[in-house]
Amino acid sequence: MTASIPLNQPPATAEVEGFVSGRSNQRVTLGVDQPMRLDCGVELSGFTVAYGTYGTLNADKSNAVMVCHALTGDHFVSDYHPVSGKPGWWSMLVGPGRPIDTDRYFVICSNVIGGCMGSIGPAESNPATGRPYGLDFPVITIADMVRAQKLLIDHLGIEKLFCVVGGSMGGMQVLQWAVSYPESVFAALPIATAARHSAQNIAFHEVGRQAIMADPDWCNGDYLNQEKRPHRGLAVARMAAHITYLSEAALHRKFGRNLQNRQTVTYGFDADFQVESYLRHQGITFVDRFDANSYLYITRAMDYFDLAAEHGGVLANAFRHEGGPTPVRFCLTSFSSDWLFPTTESRAVVHALNAVAANVSFVEVATDKGHDAFLLEEPHFHQVVRGFMDGCAEHRGLTNRRAALV
Amino acid sequence: MSPLDGTSIRSRRSGGIRLDLKLIADMVDPSSRVLDIGCGDGALLDYLVHEKNVDGRGIELSMDGVHTCVSHGLSVIQGDAETDLKDYPSGAFDYVILSQTLQAMRAPRTVLNELVRIGRRAIVSFPNFGYWRIRMALLWMGRMPVTERLGYEWFETPNIHFCTIKDFTSLCDTLDISIDRSVILGRDNRPTRLASADGVANFFGEQGVFMLRRNGMGD
Repeated sequence: MTASIPLNQPPATAEVEGFVSGRSNQRVTLGVDQPMRLDCGVELSGFTVAYGTYGTLNADKSNAVMVCHALTGDHFVSDYHPVSGKPGWWSMLVGPGRPIDTDRYFVICSNVIGGCMGSIGPAESNPATGRPYGLDFPVITIADMVRAQKLLIDHLGIEKLFCVVGGSMGGMQVLQWAVSYPESVFAALPIATAARHSAQNIAFHEVGRQAIMADPDWCNGDYLNQEKRPHRGLAVARMAAHITYLSEAALHRKFGRNLQNRQTVTYGFDADFQVESYLRHQGITFVDRFDANSYLYITRAMDYFDLAAEHGGVLANAFRHEGGPTPVRFCLTSFSSDWLFPTTESRAVVHALNAVAANVSFVEVATDKGHDAFLLEEPHFHQVVRGFMDGCAEHRGLTNRRAALV
Repeated sequence: MSPLDGTSIRSRRSGGIRLDLKLIADMVDPSSRVLDIGCGDGALLDYLVHEKNVDGRGIELSMDGVHTCVSHGLSVIQGDAETDLKDYPSGAFDYVILSQTLQAMRAPRTVLNELVRIGRRAIVSFPNFGYWRIRMALLWMGRMPVTERLGYEWFETPNIHFCTIKDFTSLCDTLDISIDRSVILGRDNRPTRLASADGVANFFGEQGVFMLRRNGMGD
């Protein structure tokens, strides 16, 4: 992936009803007046963040919703993806009349720093050398990603976000937002996430990173300067990770032991089974839209995430604010078959919030779709998001524009 | 879902909540902090939030109940009161409500102690097993009573720790919990003028509603 992203244009043939477009791919330069200090100590100044907005910011700027994307996501939440041409990764949830209603809220989503869809990251040009950063890019954390997002809303003149929402790594950012900037967040919706990355999850990430680094075309991270791409390593990393996003039941329901376009096994190492073919497809399509070094940096940021560690090892302390509970209203959601971010992880956050008597809702959604459920059609989950947003809007005094129009 | 019946008790925003829930709601001061344990589909919580402007939270065991509550904008967590109450700090709420759920608890004694620790006041309602119809069912039929309000056969009932009003007040004594107020409901949830200490209440009361506090925790 290079620095140039094609401007976002919907496919000429398909005009999907209800899609908003036009402002989904913007750029801003942040840290100009004052550099942003990263957790690793490095200071970033004058760096680019790519972001998209949907809907209209109201007069008192009280209807802004920050959507935080997951590991391989980007800021194309609800619009056509410029590389894949597919609808945005959360277009089911974000859009006019949808649970995160762009007729009502001003939705912002930015590409995380360290990413590869326009925000500063290892694939971007290093001003010091004029060549892509590669491994010279500083190691970033979830808190760093959120710092950049805070600078973005400052730039947009928004003092307080109505809601911060995201799943998986996006959920980590939501938690970090609530902990770092409790005064700037009215409501938080962390989905299928955890307050710390578990040993098992770090282990899976390490497998992915090793697959990338074992690819000779990785060239010690310098592949962009050497006109190479570690596609094989990155594809294997994606394949391994993809398994963790599903569940045994979902894999069985989808593929079972079905063979791929053949009547019998071939006694070889072709993709005999449908599940193999599916994974290979996942790997191959992924390398077209993702940068291998970005994958290393972002997985590392997740590994380092541990909210309790910064607060004396007691998670509840992260949610104390001026001698009382955090003012942020929380709603946590987990999925029953998610084994990557299992319900116990969400429950640990709920317990910590209860320990300070914070305002919290928690729902475990019954599904066999595994971790990926937060990206899929899950009517119960969508109802919960809508209900929580509506309830918070009532408390925040946001009028329902849709109702007002009727 | 209430352990007492299988039907929805919801009638949102109309003010038309079940009579015994209304009675509990009337005991709650406006704009207070309330935790409703076993809040079911949120009928009482919704009423309190919208009619009395309370800062209301709920705990509910059933996925369906929690889903209904959160989808209606209520702050409810999916959890088990018997394991989750210990997380809350002491005095976190003005009122902790346990409506028609005590008899379904594995350890009602522990739960009662937690209620008066977390809440400055606890409001507890439960069906009276000393109610005359229940006594009659046992005495004349020799069978575990299945009444309109206790609609379960013995082998499938979630109600595993029935008590009478007398049993309950005696446990409160033992735990050093004082009863600030009590209302004894007769047939059809109608409030009576019976006092909880009265043996007649234990005979004619179909359920009791009690406002409790830890002794020495006055205002």
